[in-house]
Amino acid sequence: MASLKALKIRIGSVKSTQKITKAMKMVAAAKLRRAQEAAVAGRPYAERLEKVMGSLASKVTISASSPKLLAGTGSDQVHLIIVATSERGLAGAFNTNIVRAARKKADELVAAGKTVKFYIAGKKGRAVIKRFHAKQILADHEMGHIKNVAFTDAQALAEDVIRRYEAGEFDVAHLFYAKFQSALVQIPTGQQIIPVPLPESSADTGSGAAVEYEPDEESILADLLPRNVAIQIFRALLENAASEQGSRMNAMDNATRNAGDMINRLSIQYNRTRQAAITTELVEIISGAEAL
Amino acid sequence: MASLHFELVTPEKLVRSEEVHMVVVPGTEGEFGVLAGHAPFMSTIKDGDLAIYKSENAEPVKIRIEGGFAEVNEKGLTVLAEKAEV
Repeated sequence: MASLKALKIRIGSVKSTQKITKAMKMVAAAKLRRAQEAAVAGRPYAERLEKVMGSLASKVTISASSPKLLAGTGSDQVHLIIVATSERGLAGAFNTNIVRAARKKADELVAAGKTVKFYIAGKKGRAVIKRFHAKQILADHEMGHIKNVAFTDAQALAEDVIRRYEAGEFDVAHLFYAKFQSALVQIPTGQQIIPVPLPESSADTGSGAAVEYEPDEESILADLLPRNVAIQIFRALLENAASEQGSRMNAMDNATRNAGDMINRLSIQYNRTRQAAITTELVEIISGAEAL
Repeated sequence: MASLHFELVTPEKLVRSEEVHMVVVPGTEGEFGVLAGHAPFMSTIKDGDLAIYKSENAEPVKIRIEGGFAEVNEKGLTVLAEKAEV
């Protein structure tokens, strides 16, 4: 049986771990609120953009002269998988889940005879992808300096992706991130971002009156497409940020509770050991006195 | 006179949503003013100042915007800009 002193040290160490996990949980909760607000604030823009894209798409016919972002490159041989993960660990299975979803998709594509390339955004996905798919990594986007995701960050990422698309490095792009549903539930999701999937064009602009475009529909659409890619990425990054905090809060809550259980168990063991020691001592004294 | 419902939205937030008299938008093919009851219209915008007139004779409030587009429909004017500085 462990000595009293060792038990005492052990309890102290678990207690200080508990303090840390508790603090991390509270920090995550505060950050989660802010991340959630940012995600909500970004919604009106995305919604309106989607509406406009829908009404435009119904007026433009896809032809060979259409912008590549809309019509595709004409082949779907090379797929790019963008894996958006967090910069920090200790967030439960958050990063593992995203990477797992992305790799599953990659395996499916490879089985279908396609070429798969990876685009890494976020530090925590890097190690795993590097281990399994080192030769397929197309690019590694550094995001370590970003504290709160701003639209310009998403834009920089989108510009890089679009530039590579136009250089013919891939034909289809998928984006993997964790969709935020609640603080307890985050769903790893994949969605196609290039070519731009058009929303159902049933979205009526309203009156049905002839809308005037300046310049013409096609140039507006060509202008909107890259913006749409950036917005999709921005949305994903915001959702990811909220999911990360939610996931971390959860993980830290579990850790705090586990530490509590452990402290209880160790305290019981400590008290029992102490009592046993006292009893032994008493027995020794009494039997010593009787012997006299 | 009827007022114009005006919204300025950036990816990060809804910057303005209010009733105004007129808004002058820097369109790619020239500035245009939007009053209430404007015909449905859509235009891309260039970087520049958006001038908001609260009432007919009021001094315009200027907001610098970058990149995006403006849409006018029967509900009012919506400007989607990538950046907006008040």
